[in-house]
Amino acid sequence: MTVPRPPRGTRELLSAGILAGPALLLLLATMLLPVLAVFVIAVTDWQFGAGHLSFVGLDNFVALFGDAVFRASITNTVLYVCLVVPATVGLGLALALLIESCGRLRAFYRAVHFLPYMATLAAMAVVWEALLHPTIGVVNRTLQGLGWPVANWLRDESTVLPTLAVIGIWQGLGFALVLFLAGLKAVPRDLYDAAEVDGADGTLDRLTVVTLPMLGPVTMFVVIVTALRAFEVFDTVRILTEGGPAHASEVLLHTLYVESFEYLRTGYGAAVTIVFLLIVMVLTLLQAKVMDRRVHYS
Amino acid sequence: MTAGGRAGGRTALALARRGLCHALLLASSCLVGLPFVWMLSLSAKPPEEIFDAGFALFPDRWYLLENYGKALTEHPLLLFLANGVIVCGAILVLQILVCAPAAYALAKLRFHGRDLMFAFVLIGLLIPQQVLAIPLFALAHRLGILDTYAALVFPFIVSPFGIFLFRQFFKTVPDDLIHAARLDGLSEMAIVWRLMVPLAWPAVVAFSIFSVVSHWNDLFWPLIVIRSEELMPPPLGVVAFNDEEAGSDYGPLMAAATVIVSPLIVAFLFAQRWFVDGLSMGAMK
Repeated sequence: MTVPRPPRGTRELLSAGILAGPALLLLLATMLLPVLAVFVIAVTDWQFGAGHLSFVGLDNFVALFGDAVFRASITNTVLYVCLVVPATVGLGLALALLIESCGRLRAFYRAVHFLPYMATLAAMAVVWEALLHPTIGVVNRTLQGLGWPVANWLRDESTVLPTLAVIGIWQGLGFALVLFLAGLKAVPRDLYDAAEVDGADGTLDRLTVVTLPMLGPVTMFVVIVTALRAFEVFDTVRILTEGGPAHASEVLLHTLYVESFEYLRTGYGAAVTIVFLLIVMVLTLLQAKVMDRRVHYS
Repeated sequence: MTAGGRAGGRTALALARRGLCHALLLASSCLVGLPFVWMLSLSAKPPEEIFDAGFALFPDRWYLLENYGKALTEHPLLLFLANGVIVCGAILVLQILVCAPAAYALAKLRFHGRDLMFAFVLIGLLIPQQVLAIPLFALAHRLGILDTYAALVFPFIVSPFGIFLFRQFFKTVPDDLIHAARLDGLSEMAIVWRLMVPLAWPAVVAFSIFSVVSHWNDLFWPLIVIRSEELMPPPLGVVAFNDEEAGSDYGPLMAAATVIVSPLIVAFLFAQRWFVDGLSMGAMK
């Protein structure tokens, strides 16, 4: 059913124009045309400030994949995502199950774990730097106290990426947890009753027979959302390492920022942007597909 | 074994299990909360206590006034917060002003190009903001608004997610209501503001929280367009602070971090439910 409308034709187009016109103009001017512009800039040798630019075809992309720093950046980003996603999803699910079965203090646990997701990451990165300080940081002092080996976590090529991943996990964990708690709430109670009738009445049985299968779609969703956020890691890298030492923590968005806005190699930066865009678009489309399925089956 | 004994055993088991459950969750809470606790603790300690080892949460000699005083005077911390309020407020108000009418048109009017416009919105949903950095920087440069509030605000005025979310809610409003409002002589614009937006209140709250939290915490875009310290939003301010304190004068630095993170955290503690809902709705985009 549509609304019966006295104003028809042009008058209706006019009111739609007044209502939706500003949004449409801004959508074109600040999103869609700029995206097209990125593709155009990526095939030029434009540098910010330079008055001229010329068409260079795919040279930027050829240079990109021949560039050791960019290759390190891609490898590091993928590695970072592979460290952050399984840990965030696994811990998020485990904590959600624990919170569900504990009963009391549910709101307290949820709030504490959700806090890092809310807190300004730039400020908390500075705090992490203090925690990880090689001599006076509480992390190394605790390890020393336990007689375990210490490290200069953010300055050592072998530890810097895992350390950043730990901060990433710390930050995203509460969000995964909240999504899983919502997913658990949506599991129909009568499924547990049915499972019990069928003899699956132990905690472990209920978990493997009912809970985990029912959480499948939520899990897929959490995996993709976490992966998207992990691909966009920037703040901690910028503040704590600037991609170092020796590009061991160079990641995609940081490369994009440095090439475009510090070296002002705009054309090259645009090529990095397109690689980033393609990865994120594939993940977002996957997410849309998962959401779609979830809507259909619930 | 008697039935009573077995039941007692079972209760004991359940108790033990419950205890283990809380122990694990408390341990995890401590780990997750440690950076916050340590931040507060360091912000109250004098330099010598920060430097010599020790796990004491509370300082022997309280140094709160000195640390916070130094943090507030060395850099315009309160100004950073005010900038955050101004920028996030401007973004949010403009977003609602632009997105709600568009969402209404897409949900309830029938006009040429509606499907095309909705397709544009869906494409907009796919585009991460960072991808637009180069062309938007060039645009801001051309407009001469680099290093102004306007540069911080203009890329975010139209929110495809806002339009999408409001449209979903507006679609559920019965057409009869709109028809009745028109018979009462309300203009289309009046229908948006006096009927649709109040009815979609939960969506507006959720969207507002999502918007304010994302822009309050954003470092990437301010880093690109802002140079002047007096225009810096909180995350950029903390970076400026950190760069200057190259040594490890952690007391004032932690005090600054505390001041920067506390507004959102306090708001969160007071309105947990709304924050959780608003932010998880944001993930659906």
